Amino acid sequence: MSTLSVQNVTYRYGAKTALDDVSFELEKGRFCALLGPNGAGKSTLFSLLTRLFVAKQGTISVAGHDLAREPRAALAKIGVVFQQQTLDLDMSVVQNLRYFAALQGLSGRAAQRNIDAALDRLSMRERAKEKARSLNGGHRRRMEIARALIHEPEVLLLDEATVGLDTATRQAITQHVHDLADDGLLVFWATHLVDEIQDNDDVVVLHKGRILAHDNARKIARDGTLIDAFMHMTDTTPEPSL
Amino acid sequence: MKPYLVSLRAITLREAMRFVNQRSRFLAALVRPLVWLMVFAAGFRAALGLSIIPPYQTYITYEVYIVPGLCGMIQLFNGMQSSLSLVYDREMGSMRLLLTSPLPRWWLLFSKLMAGVAVSILQVYAFLAIAAMFGITLPAMGYVYVFPTLILSGLMLGALGLLISSTIQQLENFAGVMNFVIFPMFFMSSALYPLWKMAESSPLLRDICALNPFTHAVELIRFAMYEQFNGTALLWVILAFIIFLCGSLVGYDPAAGLRRSQRS
Repeated sequence: MSTLSVQNVTYRYGAKTALDDVSFELEKGRFCALLGPNGAGKSTLFSLLTRLFVAKQGTISVAGHDLAREPRAALAKIGVVFQQQTLDLDMSVVQNLRYFAALQGLSGRAAQRNIDAALDRLSMRERAKEKARSLNGGHRRRMEIARALIHEPEVLLLDEATVGLDTATRQAITQHVHDLADDGLLVFWATHLVDEIQDNDDVVVLHKGRILAHDNARKIARDGTLIDAFMHMTDTTPEPSL
Repeated sequence: MKPYLVSLRAITLREAMRFVNQRSRFLAALVRPLVWLMVFAAGFRAALGLSIIPPYQTYITYEVYIVPGLCGMIQLFNGMQSSLSLVYDREMGSMRLLLTSPLPRWWLLFSKLMAGVAVSILQVYAFLAIAAMFGITLPAMGYVYVFPTLILSGLMLGALGLLISSTIQQLENFAGVMNFVIFPMFFMSSALYPLWKMAESSPLLRDICALNPFTHAVELIRFAMYEQFNGTALLWVILAFIIFLCGSLVGYDPAAGLRRSQRS
């Protein structure tokens, strides 16, 4: 059984087709990049995976739970980091984590244990009472990632999570997320930046709402580079780093 | 049931903390009714003669008369403020966090509604405490009896805010709400003057005021403050609450803002 399964999903905004018969399956313990240029349909796909939008055509299942029929069970298995920051900047680090834990229905010792683990992961125990506003962009992002793991999901979705960060922070966060995949999590990472993808990663190439390739990064690159293969497939100019 | 209560508590605490942290909003919420009480009522005291009408058993001063209306005003403003914060959350992204929770959406929205009601009740009691310091007091049990009516009126006005936020596309459009919802609702009610007084100048205006659900919220509060029960007002408030809530659940698509931004 795959950890994340998307089957024949089509989604339209009025007459415009944002996703066209999208299907793929992903396994746990893997880092999979959802690679596509801006406007490819990545954010729409993420909105469907997190049930912000409801797919009228096709099925999505998470850890064996159909998102349409068992939305609560499926959502409980997903941790998500959106492109847009979703921290409450006027609350402290620990208050943000506690609020999120409560939204997942966690309280008491179970919540505290997971919040402590998140703070340790961030090495931010001593800054727990600081306002989120006082954190820099990189720390805020790491905090959102740690927060997304508080309810111990099986799938971590990240939608262009490194947008607006400097190169060093971007690399650190990308590596951090790869480490999480090595620990057994399925990481599904939407990006348009090819240099965030490592040779051994899985890649789903999405372009104009359709899947052009789904394979290991090395295999997609063949004898050349992933950038060249991506350019060739999408007929676009990628942004290796910003 | 526990996860439901945990999330309700967290959403309420966040809303309360947000309110207290926004000092200007906190002060405005307290100062606004006090200005009405201390300045407006003092000025109108001589101009308006009030006869003995239920629930009052004796002649009362104008300051005493408008206290329930000002409590309603606090809740009216708060209901609109809560809906403003929903629109803000939708634009800023924190709505996404709420909606990806495994708990049902209707519960999360209801929790938001209850959080707004809790904040408004805190404000009302703070206002009543300050009014008491200026010698405007209620019967002792009135402070207790008014509590459930404040929950009901708060829910009704919060649901109205929710309904309005479902129709608002952008934060900027909110100024219109002030002019076309808050002010007409407040002035065309029994908050500042009794309906019989209104009938003296215009029977039509009086009828409009009598249809205004805010009038009934104010009367429900007023009667409870004087240890009396107003069944008609209660029915009106409950009916209005159900209509506003159903309207907002039908019209409310919390992802609408996200969809618009992605479409563009």
